[in-house]
Amino acid sequence: MTATTTEPTTYTPAAESLTAVLAAGEQPARPSAWSASVTFGWRALLKIKHVPEQLFDVTAFPIMMTLMFTYLFGGALAGSVTEYLQFLLPGIMVTSVVMITMYTGVGLNTDIQKGVFDRFRTLPVWRPAALVGAIFGDMLRYFLAATVILVVGLVLGFRPGGGAGGVLLGIGLLIVFSFAFSWVWTMFGLLLRTEKSVMGVSMMVLFPLTFLSNVFVEPDTMPGWLRVFTEVNPITHLVAACRGLMQGTADAGEITWVLVSAAVLTAVFGTLTMRLYNRK
Amino acid sequence: MGELAIETAGLVKVFGDNRAVDGIDLAVPAGTVYGVLGPNGAGKTTAVRMLATLLRPDGGEARVFGHDVLREPDAVRRRVSLTGQYASVDEDLTGAENLVLLGRLLGHHKKAARERAAQLLAAFGLADAADRQVKNYSGGMRRRIDIAASILRTPDVLFLDEPTTGLDPRSRNQVWDIVRIIVAQGTTVLLTTQYLDEADQLASRIAVIDHGRVIAEGTPGQLKASVGAGAIHVRLRDAGQRSDAIGLLRTVLGANVQPDPDPVALTAQLSGEDSDREAAEQASRALASLARAGITVDNFALGQPTLDEVFLALTDKGVAA
Repeated sequence: MTATTTEPTTYTPAAESLTAVLAAGEQPARPSAWSASVTFGWRALLKIKHVPEQLFDVTAFPIMMTLMFTYLFGGALAGSVTEYLQFLLPGIMVTSVVMITMYTGVGLNTDIQKGVFDRFRTLPVWRPAALVGAIFGDMLRYFLAATVILVVGLVLGFRPGGGAGGVLLGIGLLIVFSFAFSWVWTMFGLLLRTEKSVMGVSMMVLFPLTFLSNVFVEPDTMPGWLRVFTEVNPITHLVAACRGLMQGTADAGEITWVLVSAAVLTAVFGTLTMRLYNRK
Repeated sequence: MGELAIETAGLVKVFGDNRAVDGIDLAVPAGTVYGVLGPNGAGKTTAVRMLATLLRPDGGEARVFGHDVLREPDAVRRRVSLTGQYASVDEDLTGAENLVLLGRLLGHHKKAARERAAQLLAAFGLADAADRQVKNYSGGMRRRIDIAASILRTPDVLFLDEPTTGLDPRSRNQVWDIVRIIVAQGTTVLLTTQYLDEADQLASRIAVIDHGRVIAEGTPGQLKASVGAGAIHVRLRDAGQRSDAIGLLRTVLGANVQPDPDPVALTAQLSGEDSDREAAEQASRALASLARAGITVDNFALGQPTLDEVFLALTDKGVAA
């Protein structure tokens, strides 16, 4: 499998078949932005098919996060593990998936250094398609991670009051936000020179963003200055919205807040990413 | 000279304080192979990347079939294809998947893209390897899938950036054959290479680039003629007779005669104005005089100047012209 394939017979370029290939047919019309993005999404799926190990981070990592924090804080914070789980699960799902979005930047950084991106960039297709498609592929990974956490949660005793519909809507909202948030990492993936520095910056941003929020505890007990931060932290609003949807107490205000911030993130960081991509 | 496929004027690209491309003027006639020859780091790849719209020039102009690379990048992209120095296909995907992916991106429907991929794989002798990941391909196969990907849509201009670097002689010959067939179909090929032999074999015109500048331009024949009529290469049996032989040939030929690194070999450079016939006469005079002096010659050859000699004469500033 890993051995280099040797050629069974010597290949001799044949003028007839090559000429036929070169002369073949009329040129098809340029694909639409959507169709080009979906094609790049298909590329991401093919890469998962050929390198399935890359799913480790969307399966093992979320399981670890869920188990760790449920049992670490469960007894101390809510008196019982099952009780805490009802509060924690939507939050730990958001934390895990948002943390996984950083691999979009890391992946792009390594991918773009390979020659194949030179070819993509000389194709007359909608420019953002290669990046949008890559994020489409990542959305599948986000969905997988969310599903894994949900299953672990259900096994441990998570009983969402919002029912299957509420849970699905919550996951959907999380994935929409993660799509938008991924553009932050595509920007860093293009801006920074090495994979390691992308990782480093991601951690610097993600740790405060996820921990200084309402994921693990209600912000009431925090000092005032910290509460100010958690109030404006988009993760807080995302967790509140997802919790509401899953527990059957959906809050239209929080959901709107999340959708608006997703639109703003996409507009700002999508534009910055494309500027860098075009200049690279 | 007919229509120009590529035209650049004063093209410049600066990386920090390195002027990678420092004012290049090119005029590439349509339907030909144009060789861009230069050592590593001469600026060949940078120039090609600007022409393929991958890098923005810092100065000057570049047009592909009249379309400015800065102002009309999409029009340029519709006409060009690039086969980069490093494999520009996805190593994790199979050969077939790569071609279907690119076919879809060019606007083919799923079925048409699959058919086109199969047709290309067969034409490039890769049908058996269609479902293997490209990272398991040999060097020659990888280069072929790369070129196949570049002609998925027949380009008007094909950039081949060092297409045979690192290939064995057989794979190199295969690439050369493929290039000849592609050009015969009307595609213009801009080929960068550090192999003089390759430029000589394929290109109808050559630009020699060094330190980001064009230091010579012309047909292979013109470039060779600019260095002189050729050289006489002599190998003696006895190294002790070499200094005598050098002195003798200097007198007989009035030419520049130098010892080679090999202790029994020497080279006489014939002067530039000599025609081929005169060169042959000089050779026979030289051989006869060596025989009369009792110097035993093992090997005697009259050579046309090679592009290597042209290249060294042009790039090595230490050697006087």
